[in-house]
Amino acid sequence: MLKGIGASPGIAIGKIFLIEQEELKIECKAINDNHIEKEIKRLKSALVKSREQIQEIREKASTEQRNILEAHIMILEDPELVKTVETKIQSEKINSEAALQTTLEMFVAIFEAMEDEYMKERAADIRDVGQRLLMNLLGKEQLNLKNLKEPVILVARDITPSDTAQMDPEKVMGFLTDIGGRTSHSAIMARSMEIPAVVGLGRITEKIKTGDFVILDGETGQVYINPEEKLVDLYNEAKEKELAVKRGLRALINRETISKDGKKVELGCNIGNPNDAEKAHENGAEGIGLYRTEFLYMDRSDLPSEEEQFSAYKKVLEIMGDRPVVIRTLDVGGDKELPYLQLPREMNPFLGYRAIRICLDQKEIFKTQLRALLRASTYGNLKIMYPMISSVEEVRSANTVLEEVKEELERENIAYSKDIEVGIMIEIPAAAIISDLLAKEVDFFSIGTNDLIQYTTAVDRMNEKISHLYNPFNPAVLRLIQQVIVNGHRAGIWVGMCGEVAGDKRLIPILLGMGLDEFSMSAGNLLPARRQIHGLIYEEMKNISEKVLEMSTAEEIQQFLTEATSQ
Amino acid sequence: MIKQTVVVNNGSGLHARPATLVVKEASKFESDVTFISGTAEVNAKSIMGIMALGAKQGQSINVKVEGNDEEEAMKAIIALFQSNFGEA
Repeated sequence: MLKGIGASPGIAIGKIFLIEQEELKIECKAINDNHIEKEIKRLKSALVKSREQIQEIREKASTEQRNILEAHIMILEDPELVKTVETKIQSEKINSEAALQTTLEMFVAIFEAMEDEYMKERAADIRDVGQRLLMNLLGKEQLNLKNLKEPVILVARDITPSDTAQMDPEKVMGFLTDIGGRTSHSAIMARSMEIPAVVGLGRITEKIKTGDFVILDGETGQVYINPEEKLVDLYNEAKEKELAVKRGLRALINRETISKDGKKVELGCNIGNPNDAEKAHENGAEGIGLYRTEFLYMDRSDLPSEEEQFSAYKKVLEIMGDRPVVIRTLDVGGDKELPYLQLPREMNPFLGYRAIRICLDQKEIFKTQLRALLRASTYGNLKIMYPMISSVEEVRSANTVLEEVKEELERENIAYSKDIEVGIMIEIPAAAIISDLLAKEVDFFSIGTNDLIQYTTAVDRMNEKISHLYNPFNPAVLRLIQQVIVNGHRAGIWVGMCGEVAGDKRLIPILLGMGLDEFSMSAGNLLPARRQIHGLIYEEMKNISEKVLEMSTAEEIQQFLTEATSQ
Repeated sequence: MIKQTVVVNNGSGLHARPATLVVKEASKFESDVTFISGTAEVNAKSIMGIMALGAKQGQSINVKVEGNDEEEAMKAIIALFQSNFGEA
């Protein structure tokens, strides 16, 4: 048995496929003066080719991978890298492969020597890019994981971002790697792809060959190479159990979310970019309850254009078809800043210039987004949501801008859907308190619990000293939530929730009891939440929630709920 | 040629994301942009250079800009540091 670091839970049993990261044999050849130019040309075309390959992989990759691959492109385009290699070719009169190899080694050594764990990991990125460049220079074919014929467990020194980005999750049952830790790329990707993995195994690549049979336990980090039959049976049993749970959940993908006594609710998914919508879809989301558009604005040096926004919104709407998609307008400020807006530093950014406050002040930014949203609205079931609303005036001002944009589009003869619902986030206590008044102005509410808890209890959730005070069971928070739902329903509008609480299995029962119409959560929580709601009796939860709202302390509430809702 | 000193104020230092922003900003200009800290001197258009500089919070960096659009480039770089790269 080998023991490594359990990086992604689950059991995998099967044949392995060893990715032999070929030790490229780079020969150092002396060249003539008249070949220098040719060598530099070869280097340049390998750079172009590598860039194209990475771009191609990047197009199909998830957000997380895209960021990494973007960093890879920057490494390829790094003027120092190119300059150093060129200078080496010229001054030492050697072939481009050798010049590149020594330059890469130098950069890798710099990063490996750094103390910071994160920076050390960057050496792997340079190696990944470097390997690709060298392969292209040598005219060798890149390893292509797209063509795996049968499901295998991959074994490699390290699984690189370009490997994971082109992997078919159906064909990869697990990973085993020599190097890496819980935070290395391979581990993060394995978790996000829900593939069991053990990393940091030392020299597994030398102890194993393609066709060997292994058992891998991603929870404990244990790996058995060619194990006895008895052990295989044991693990097969454990795996069956694991699968049964998963399969039970998968069977719920196309089911409604309905309580035992017939109360139907909607399960939505929170997403940050169009690719996440696919994941929402695969996990049976009945809609998108929150699309955080700020990611379109982050990690860049200027504002995204109307076209760019339009195509992102259109993509999500198309993926979701006729199911509702709630798109939240720009929510920056607080902990999410945009350097290019050059906002001044604030003493209290969470109480400062952020979200709708910025949009109502810098109307051009807001209008561009609203135009993109309206134009995209013809491709699906769009609902627009304003964040950080604290007064009726703000809703009216935002709606005035929306009307202006609609008029503009009409003048330009550009089509948009006429029945777009407009709603607001309820995340500021002021909004919750006047939710009866706000309900007359909008088509829906979505309760943002993360900020609502923070503002209601005056607790900065990032401050470790007081983080114990940040508690969703706080009676003040639960009473506010209840009040918002009641006020929404009195005015005949639907009320959803898109904070973390909506996917919290401890609170789902009372939220159902309070009459919440829509629960929006991360993709991974959807199916477990649906199963949980299938097992609940609404009338019973109603009674429980009424009792809870009479209780005095968070502890009392939490304890009561644990007992009352344990199934 | 113009020179100015900036201080890294954001918590994570010139890590991946801030480093990327520096490179993107510097690459918009024709001028050469150099960061000098202690004995290290790196090209601000080089992602590996900036990351290898490993500048941490509180560290000061001498920014040297030389070229046709040096004034605009300097302004942009300084604004980027003043914004703390979007970190709180």
